[in-house]
Amino acid sequence: MENAKKKSLIKSLKYAIFFVLLFAALVIIDVKNPSYSMIITVLKKGTVYALIAVSMNILNGFTGLFSLGQAGFMLLGAYTYAVLTMTNEAREAVYYLSGYSVTFTLPWYVGLILAGAVAAFFAFLIGLPVLKLKSDYLAIATLGFAEILRAFSQWAKLEKITNGSIQLRDYPTFSKSSLLEGTVFENASLTPYVLIVSLCLLLIVLMINSTYGRAFKAIRDDEIAAEAMGINLAHHKRLSFITSSFFAGIGGALLAIYQSSITASQFKSSTTYEILLIVVIGGIGSITGSVLASYLYIACSEWWLRGLDSGSFLGLNLPNVFRSGFRMVVFSVIIMVIVLFFRKGIMGERELNLDRVGWFFTKILPSLFKKKNKAESGKEAVK
Amino acid sequence: MRLRNEGEHDHEYVTDSSRGDLTFMQETTDIQIGELSPNSVLKVENITMQFGGVVAVNNLNMEVNRGEIVALIGPNGAGKTTAFNVITGVYEPTNGAIYYNKKLIVENKPRGKMKKYYSGQNAGLYYKSISKTPDKITALGMARTFQNIRLFKSMTVFENVLTAMHVRRTSNFFTAMLHLNFSEEKKMREETASLLELVGLSDVKDDLATSLPYGKQRKLEIARALATHPKLLLLDEPAAGMNPQETEELTQFIRYIREKFDLTVLLIEHHMNLVMDISDRIYVIDFGRLIAEGNPEDIQKNPKVIEAYLGGSDNG
Amino acid sequence: MESILAYLLAGISYGGQLALIAIGYTMVYGILRLINFAHSDVFMVAGLFVIYLQTAVGFYVAIPAAIILTVVLAFSIEKLAYKPLRSAPRMSVMISAIGVSYLIQNVAMYITGGLPKVYPDIPLFTESVEIFGASTKRVTLLTPVLVIVLVVALVLLINKTKIGMAMRASSVDFETARLMGIKINNVISMTFIIGAVLAAIGSMLYFSNYNSISPTSGAMPGLKAFVAAVFGGIGSIPGAVVGAFIIGICENLLKMVGLTEFSDAFTFALLIFILVVKPTGLFGEKQYDKV
Repeated sequence: MENAKKKSLIKSLKYAIFFVLLFAALVIIDVKNPSYSMIITVLKKGTVYALIAVSMNILNGFTGLFSLGQAGFMLLGAYTYAVLTMTNEAREAVYYLSGYSVTFTLPWYVGLILAGAVAAFFAFLIGLPVLKLKSDYLAIATLGFAEILRAFSQWAKLEKITNGSIQLRDYPTFSKSSLLEGTVFENASLTPYVLIVSLCLLLIVLMINSTYGRAFKAIRDDEIAAEAMGINLAHHKRLSFITSSFFAGIGGALLAIYQSSITASQFKSSTTYEILLIVVIGGIGSITGSVLASYLYIACSEWWLRGLDSGSFLGLNLPNVFRSGFRMVVFSVIIMVIVLFFRKGIMGERELNLDRVGWFFTKILPSLFKKKNKAESGKEAVK
Repeated sequence: MRLRNEGEHDHEYVTDSSRGDLTFMQETTDIQIGELSPNSVLKVENITMQFGGVVAVNNLNMEVNRGEIVALIGPNGAGKTTAFNVITGVYEPTNGAIYYNKKLIVENKPRGKMKKYYSGQNAGLYYKSISKTPDKITALGMARTFQNIRLFKSMTVFENVLTAMHVRRTSNFFTAMLHLNFSEEKKMREETASLLELVGLSDVKDDLATSLPYGKQRKLEIARALATHPKLLLLDEPAAGMNPQETEELTQFIRYIREKFDLTVLLIEHHMNLVMDISDRIYVIDFGRLIAEGNPEDIQKNPKVIEAYLGGSDNG
Repeated sequence: MESILAYLLAGISYGGQLALIAIGYTMVYGILRLINFAHSDVFMVAGLFVIYLQTAVGFYVAIPAAIILTVVLAFSIEKLAYKPLRSAPRMSVMISAIGVSYLIQNVAMYITGGLPKVYPDIPLFTESVEIFGASTKRVTLLTPVLVIVLVVALVLLINKTKIGMAMRASSVDFETARLMGIKINNVISMTFIIGAVLAAIGSMLYFSNYNSISPTSGAMPGLKAFVAAVFGGIGSIPGAVVGAFIIGICENLLKMVGLTEFSDAFTFALLIFILVVKPTGLFGEKQYDKV
């Protein structure tokens, strides 16, 4: 028993060290690179998407509820944050057509939490009727709900709050020094995202590993058996839906901060599909999978495959083929290949396992080299 | 206790029903409802379950007393599993009532369209609409296993049992999320370990549940049900697919857990050796109706039962 | 009065166009239990086919050719993206459908350069006509007639022919139909082909009215057609048609009373309402889960 305790302590220590190192690496990258550099942009957007993808995974991966309402909750989060944290001077300029009716200004962190809370509250309301529905009906109902939210945010009568279909901007963002003035991160632009998202992910991981997380997984595995074991389906599905939406709301607010301006028209169902595909690439039911896939997805679409859009890629110079839009074609073909042939995605339902990573580096890689050597020596022997 | 004879509720059905024949009227009179024996744990009273035009369970009456092992048998398709599903709240019965620990937990009468199509009996005796979802019924102290094993397939053996302890949690979502309920969590884990030890699965506790051999999966289902701390355990064909030796072991095992956890057991089973060996009383149903009731010796001699098994069903 | 009539006519016409898309959704769902998210993009691509073919070969060849190409597209989508997942969980197939939708939109974006394309005037459709003092395009009057003719033909096909019988059998019980010797893959292909033909015709009617196509312009009518299918009771063809007409008319009446922003929201509110009150839709049947 003592031995097992020791083992688990060593294990958690290992993970703690790993994550501290990872975080330190990100901070160093942040400090070393200017905020407009590609790597910082990709890491920032990837971090935001990681939270959004994981929040979708809570529902689709861990509770087995196929919901397509993510864009709606992101919209709620983004709008809540933008509307409540803008200063009145900014409002004068932004709401130049309609005037504005929200006249108070909240600090950014309150706005961020409220962004999650508002999304969660709407999830509570919509969850009452919608969560009774079975798989694809639920998908289509949540999709419809997101569209309704988008229609409301563009409604002329709410203009004084949402600014109709005109964009919202000039709310506090992390690139403005006013927010972080006097802190160590004065020039850091990535670190705040990493900090906030890490905190959220930590909460999500704790939740998944709690008795409630197990109940969610039980619902995913077998609804009937879960109910027979005393798990109240309606209650737990609602909890999962609310939690997922809370973090999607925060994710939406972070996206607003990252973009420094938002419009309702960007939260279409295609946004939801994009996030769903990230979740699929990472592995439905794996948090680390979703995080990894978010960075990969953003890096590919924003950076590594850029050449496909602008004439030359991997040394090939074909301006007629590699023109605007080709990147997304290649990208969606890759996604289809994953969906059809690698259905488990990168991680399947597993999580990052340091032992496995270590094992990969200490055993597999050397053994590959060894084989090569052996093969070579074999050849020599034949000679 | 409510006694209702020739109550006004009866009339509409007697006159409405195309089957309003004499037997129907006789059966609706002088039936005492809510009459329970002193040690009653479960009472199924005049339960009818009708799907569209198909009557799967027809006016079933059963009572299980504290500490008993009672078997529900019948040919294939007789409605045994449907009866289980009604008792555990998966289906809402079309008509009838169920008492658990002498408390009314389910009552229903034909409603809506069913009012017109109802072809069971005793429709006039009930008027309330009380139903409970399966999780509420489990929380009351009834737990079940499934005919076609339903384990949580992505989880290990240990997690399967641990998950079933969720129903007795005292923590709420936030305390659980922040892991402030660590003492409870620790207790759950210890209890799971000892439960697995007890059923003899602790050597495979970290294996994926679905990777176990069939017999062990059945045992795990029972262990998972026990983790909810039931007073009444419902087993749906626990010996299905087992060889005689495994069946014998299972018989011992059921006896053992009954003693150990002070259980009452209701089981559906086709293995007659097990049923005759273990049961204190047996109910026999055929085509949804109760055709016999009694101790194993009487049931074995009962001509109706023999007829149902030999004549009534081609694969009996 | 004239304006009410104009809105009503527009609504009926719009409803008819939705109905032609909705049939594709409802038939595929009836057999595969799959929301074919790519259907709306097939509908959009049918419009692009007409644009590109029309400049190359003229109308009289372009229209049949566009229908054939649309059929080929739908057929290959089924064979490449859905057939390999026949035994996979339903969620995987739905994700595949979303992936296909994403792929088609991106390809269309690449080819068109992302700019909206102007839909050519089809002479028979776009001429202006007057009815009871309200002026409208001829397509508005033509649509309901064409829809009724096509639906009657489809119902005859399903009720009177052998493949129709196979379709009905497959929609009741996929597995048993397969065991009874029905070539299920042929039935599924046929379903996709019929859906594609109707979507192609629907796209001609729809875009004649709306004049321009962008890679995402299939999404909204597609979603609404799906709502219509759910509203009518998914799997039921008359249900889909009735649902589509109801949605088309209601949306236009909302526009008449000045709630244009909510014409989309209304449809989805209707969807959520019907799903909560009667999840099986107007013409659907209840199913029990087996425990």
